[in-house]
Amino acid sequence: MTHAFYVYAAWGVTAAVVVLVIAHTLVESFRLQAELKRLDAKGIRRRSAEPQGNKP
Amino acid sequence: MTETSLTISKISALANPTRFLALAGSILPWLAGLTFLCLAAGIWMSFTTEGDYQQGETVRIMYIHVPAAWLSMMCYSVMALSALGTLVWRHPLADVAAKTAAPIGAAFTFVALVTGSLWGKPMWGTWWVWDARLTSVFILFLMYLGLIAFNRAMDDPGRAARVSAVMILVGFVNIPIIKFSVEWWNTLHQPASVMKLGGPAIDPEFLRPLLVMAIGFTLLFFTLHLMAMRNEIWRRRISAMRRNAARAVQAGSDTP
Repeated sequence: MTHAFYVYAAWGVTAAVVVLVIAHTLVESFRLQAELKRLDAKGIRRRSAEPQGNKP
Repeated sequence: MTETSLTISKISALANPTRFLALAGSILPWLAGLTFLCLAAGIWMSFTTEGDYQQGETVRIMYIHVPAAWLSMMCYSVMALSALGTLVWRHPLADVAAKTAAPIGAAFTFVALVTGSLWGKPMWGTWWVWDARLTSVFILFLMYLGLIAFNRAMDDPGRAARVSAVMILVGFVNIPIIKFSVEWWNTLHQPASVMKLGGPAIDPEFLRPLLVMAIGFTLLFFTLHLMAMRNEIWRRRISAMRRNAARAVQAGSDTP
């Protein structure tokens, strides 16, 4: 292949960026879901999600 | 109920983050699957079609450079629409959409700049020139970085959303400049060869993989954007829960 370095470098950089963005989004998604579950298990709610009687 | 009010009520229903989360949860697996299939077909086509008689194998850089460049502009246009949604309709998810699109737009713009540079060296004999197209895309990249930095620096998402929306709308002036830069100024970058009056000036052998990759990249953007929006809603819920817990502790310690 002529100019193989340029072709593979371009595709390599694109693949690396796309994989990084997908991985970051997925890892963040799992981390946030785990944190939501942890807070929920501790009985911590948003004010809008609390039973009406708990509101001041 | 009239048809217009029915449509408005459907859009308003989507403003509810809980409904949006349920919708995103059911759409995302299908969207991700379709994206994977489209990109797999596009990559296969990109490496099995003929090389160009002038550019040789470097034409294969076009299949990633052009979709990334299109998306860099489409992403900013999505952000501008979201900014309108924040300022005009005060749609609760518009700010979430604008904020989460910026890092994805920055990534695609970075890909467009790097792949363009890697294509430019063997074809133009230089990695970079400060011509109108390259410079305006570089400014777009800086604008994305500026918006990301601004959103991270602000503590109050509500205030950040309104200021950020104004900045996005002011910056939108750069999008037509990027699009028409190759016609308004004398540039080393070639003029449009796909989206032009009179139809594409590109051989179908190259157009097919290019369009499949463009659809794949667009689907990838919407998949990532939906996921990032869902993450941002969860992040805000966690903040609200922590604030509520802190308030409860404060109220408990204030009581004698």
